[in-house]
Amino acid sequence: MRWMAATLPAVLFLSLPFFAGDFYINLASQILIAAIFALSLNLLVGYGGMTSLGHASYLGVAAYISALLTSRYGFGHGPAAVISIAGTTAMAAFFGVIALRATGLGFLMITLALSQVLWGLAYRMSNVTNGDNGIAGLTRPMPFGISLDSAAAFYWFALLVATFAFLMMTTFVSSSFGSSLKGVRDQPRRMAALGFNPWMIRWITFIYAGFWGGVSGLLYVYYNKYIHPTSLSTTSSAEALLGVIAGGSGTLGGPVVGAALVLLLKNYASAYIERWNMLLGLVFLFIVLVMPTGIVPGLSRLATGLRRGPR
Amino acid sequence: MTQLTSDYALEVIDLKKAFGGLVVTQSISLAIRPGERRLIIGPNGAGKTTLFNQISGDLRPNSGQIKLFGTDVTHFAPYTRAHFGLSRTYQIITLFSGDTLEHNVTLGLLGLRPSRWQMWRPLSFYGDLATEARRTLDAVGLLHLAEHPVSDIAYGEKRRVELAMALAQRPRVLLLDEPLAGLSNTERSQVKSLIALIPRETTVIMIEHDMDTALDLAETVTLLNYGRVIVDGDRDAVIADERTRGVYLGV
Repeated sequence: MRWMAATLPAVLFLSLPFFAGDFYINLASQILIAAIFALSLNLLVGYGGMTSLGHASYLGVAAYISALLTSRYGFGHGPAAVISIAGTTAMAAFFGVIALRATGLGFLMITLALSQVLWGLAYRMSNVTNGDNGIAGLTRPMPFGISLDSAAAFYWFALLVATFAFLMMTTFVSSSFGSSLKGVRDQPRRMAALGFNPWMIRWITFIYAGFWGGVSGLLYVYYNKYIHPTSLSTTSSAEALLGVIAGGSGTLGGPVVGAALVLLLKNYASAYIERWNMLLGLVFLFIVLVMPTGIVPGLSRLATGLRRGPR
Repeated sequence: MTQLTSDYALEVIDLKKAFGGLVVTQSISLAIRPGERRLIIGPNGAGKTTLFNQISGDLRPNSGQIKLFGTDVTHFAPYTRAHFGLSRTYQIITLFSGDTLEHNVTLGLLGLRPSRWQMWRPLSFYGDLATEARRTLDAVGLLHLAEHPVSDIAYGEKRRVELAMALAQRPRVLLLDEPLAGLSNTERSQVKSLIALIPRETTVIMIEHDMDTALDLAETVTLLNYGRVIVDGDRDAVIADERTRGVYLGV
C-alpha cells in the first residue's frame, strides 16, 4: 500500500503533459519552480527559525546574472548557470554574515533591507539591468541538445530539477546536521552548552537556502524568458513566505502545497476578480484561523483524528 | 589542552560581573580539584546562577579569569568549553519539548561529535548514538519513556532528562544548577542517588537550596552572599562557621 501511495502521484506528475493542455502544463511548471523556492525558504523559516523577508534576492539575482550573461555577454547557458549559482551562493554567504548578527525581528529587518537594496539597484541601474523595462528576449537552455521550448519538455525538465531539489532538501533536514539545526531553532542556548556552534549552523543553512533559491531563480528565468525587478521585490518574498506559512512551515510537504495554492489563486482568481490579492488575504486568514500550523499539519491531524474515529 | 597537569579542574579568579549598576558578582575566586564534589550555597540573589552562567560562557564577565584544567577559557564560546569537557544543567528546565527523550539525550551526544555537521546521512545512520542515549536513559531510570516526547512526561522526569543530557557527555566538569528544585521527596532521593553515582572522573559543582539532601553529596562548600565568597572549605568546617549561620539565620 505504501509504494502505491508513492507511485500514484509519481505517475500522475510524469504523465501530466499527456492529458493536460499547455495552459495547465505551464501552470504546473510554475508551481514546481515556486515549490523549490518555497522549500529553500522553509529551510530558514521552518527548520532554522529564521524568518526572512528577503528571500526573493536569491531568486532574482540568479535570474539576473543568467539573463545578463547569456543576453549581453555572449555566455553559453552552461557556464552562465554555473556562474549565476556560484555568485548567488557567494552572495548568500556574505548576506548571511550581515543578517545573522541578529535573530528574530532584527534578522527579518536586515533581510528585508538587503533585498530592498538589490531591488533598488535592479530598478535604477538601468544601464546594466535595463531598469523597469526588464530584460527580454532570453532563451531557454538546451541540455544535451534537447530543446526545452515546448511546454511539456520544460515541464519535465522542471520536474526533474524539483524532484532532485526536494530530495536534497529532505536529506538535509533529516540528516544529523538537520537535527543540529532544529535544536538551534528550539533552544539555541542549550545547544551551545552541548557543544554546537549555533551561528555556524545558521550560516551554513542560510547559504544552502540561498543556493536552492538561486536554482529556482534559474528555472524562473528559463521559464519566463524575461526578468523584471518585481521578481526581487518584497512582494515576491512575502508571497513565498505566506505560501510556506499557509502550507505548513517546518514540514516537507507544506511549502509545496503553499506554493501551489498561491499560484493557483493567482492564476484563477485573477481571471475573475481584479483584486485577487484580497482573496489571497482572505484565504490566508481562513487558514491561519482554522489551521494555525498550516494546511499540511492541519490535514494530517484531521486524518489521524478521523482514523481514530469519534470519541 | 596544553596544561593538563594543572592542580585544578576549575579555577575562577577574581570574577566580576555587573548588569548596569547592579553588581551581581563582586569578586569571586574558586579553585576546585579534579573529582571534587562542591556545593555552592547562598541566599537568593547571591550570584550563584550568574556565576554558573559565566563559567559555562553564557555570560561574559567584566573582568577576571576562568580556567579549565589550567587553560584560560574566559574568552571561549560556550560550545568550545563544552568540547573542553564542561557540561551543565539548567535551573529552569531547558529541553526540546517536541522531541522524544531519546532524541534529547542524542543531541547531548551529537554535540561533541564531528557527525553533527553531517548533511547527507540521516541521524538514524549513527546507531551507536541511539544505543548510547538509551543506555544513559536507562541509567537515570527513564528507558521506558525513551520514545515519548518530553512534553508528555512529568516534571520530576524532566529533571532527570536534564541530568541525562549532561551525563551522556561524560563531562570532566559538571555544573548542576538546582537539580532538586521542585521535586517531591521520592524524586529527590532518586536524583540524589543518581548524582552520588557520577564517576570520580567528573568534577561536580552544584547549586542547591535543599541543604539536607545536598550536604550529603558535597565534600566542600562555598557560601556566596552579595556576589562574594563568604566562606569556602570543607563541608563540616563551612557548616560550623559562624558566618554561615550569620548569612542563613541573620545572626
